[in-house]
Amino acid sequence: MSELKSGSNLEKVLKAGHFAFTGECGPPKGANVEHLREKLSHLKGKVDAVNITDNQTAVVRMSSWAACAILIQEGLEPNFQMVCRDRNRLAIQSDILGAYALGVRNMLCLSGDHQTFGNHPQAKNVYDIDSMQLISLVKKMRDEQKFMNDEEIDVAPKLFIGAASNPFAEPFEFRVYRLAMKIDSGADFIQTQCIYNMQRFRGFMKRAVDMGLHERCYILAGITPMKSVGMAQYMAKAVPGMDVPESLIKRLRGAGKGKVAEEGIKFAVEQIQELKEMEGVAGVHLMAIEWEHRVPEIAERAGMLPRPKV
Amino acid sequence: MIVANRKPLAEIREMVENCDKILILGCKGCVTVCNVGGAREVSILASILRIARKKEGRLLHVDEMTIERQCDPEYIEQVKDRVGQYDAVVSMACGVGPQFLSEAYPAQRFFPAVNTTFFGGAIQHGVWAERCAGCGTCIIHYFDGMCPIARCSKSLLHGPCGGSANGKCEISKEVDCIWDKIVRKKMEEGHLKDLLDPKPPKDWRTARDGGPRKSVREELVQ
Ligand code: SF4
Ligand code: SF4
Repeated sequence: MSELKSGSNLEKVLKAGHFAFTGECGPPKGANVEHLREKLSHLKGKVDAVNITDNQTAVVRMSSWAACAILIQEGLEPNFQMVCRDRNRLAIQSDILGAYALGVRNMLCLSGDHQTFGNHPQAKNVYDIDSMQLISLVKKMRDEQKFMNDEEIDVAPKLFIGAASNPFAEPFEFRVYRLAMKIDSGADFIQTQCIYNMQRFRGFMKRAVDMGLHERCYILAGITPMKSVGMAQYMAKAVPGMDVPESLIKRLRGAGKGKVAEEGIKFAVEQIQELKEMEGVAGVHLMAIEWEHRVPEIAERAGMLPRPKV
Repeated sequence: MIVANRKPLAEIREMVENCDKILILGCKGCVTVCNVGGAREVSILASILRIARKKEGRLLHVDEMTIERQCDPEYIEQVKDRVGQYDAVVSMACGVGPQFLSEAYPAQRFFPAVNTTFFGGAIQHGVWAERCAGCGTCIIHYFDGMCPIARCSKSLLHGPCGGSANGKCEISKEVDCIWDKIVRKKMEEGHLKDLLDPKPPKDWRTARDGGPRKSVREELVQ
């Protein structure tokens, strides 16, 4: 990791050895730019980069690259998420070029939730390539200045390449190998699925560190504060590959009426503090779903402010 | 084999709504094996249609016939003397049957009575499951004989995705995650390394994506 690959703020923060802090924002279900700007205003100066989701949970929203461009206008740094569900290799490459041309410097490569989850379950599913192949493609475009078909690119996109990892999906023993494959394919940084079972995550990180993965890639731990007992129960039951321990649900319930959200934030803050000390963890990715206005408070309480200027 | 399901009765009745005389034509191939379009199913559908029409007070004359295969010109010859006498011929073969018939007998109308679904087989009595998507370039030897193209909901070549839980696919508890099976088998055998080598993006030209396909065997072409 000698010279800069993309020159993004996130890359510089990580390279300088700071504990990174990224946020997330879902584009509007419409062209409501004002609402998007309002949500973004809470994140400005509080995070190093903001993930912009790509039709998350297969629900149609403003395109990720367009929301990224608005975010850049607002003076924030986007992390452009792209899923393999909706685009073939032509659209993938042209969107990468377009996003880069608009100023995007970080990109997160994902398979994407299957369209049966979303609001257009009748859609044809694309999956021309998978997330592993998407990572290699972005790397090839950046490092070899070539398209997938080996043709030369006239001004190649220089992106800081991200990938996701779910330490809690099955088969567990395989997850760290899959992480290694993503790093081999070219991932510069990893953002994990939301962590609620810290003990299990610790075990996962230990294996990653034993394999030296943290030295080849920056691993950012995913945190989503629980807003309510209902949300915790829903995540525990209905979201595949999510591990929400019963003890957490109990703790939230024990907080009492009107105090659950505060307890959820308290838990998230404790988690961030614990993650700061965990070997191999290079930062935290805070996915405060439709709770952007609580991010400043969480950042403050977790000691993540001020964000480094690099 | 090719697996199919019979269309809902209402849909078939609507197709033959304006007919007074039809032939229901079964096939002894795949659709007989998956109990959807053989002689038995032909006879059941014929009775149902006759009775339904009778209730309406309008008679429907239904003839029944089942041939060896509807995807073969040689067998399609056998219905030569029958076609032309009917308002419609309702084929109970897979989607290939009514098309071969229409091509052979352009003056006769042919209707499909089944929805053709996938290439697969019976996993238990009365239950069929998909196994192949006909991608045209088989790669299952890399995956211990399990096909991620047809059997992973996202056709991933580097699975399992983050949605795999309890051996089931993220889309439904009714759907097995084939990647879970592939990984477990490889781990059991101590061959996990096989999965760690990156697979190149698939060339979909040999699949339907490359346009309608044709197989030409030079040695057989006369
Ligand atoms: S790899 Fe292609 S040909 Fe082989 S079983 Fe799967 S879909 Fe069928
Ligand atoms: S859960 Fe398994 S079968 Fe379903 S999409 Fe993911 S890897 Fe494929």
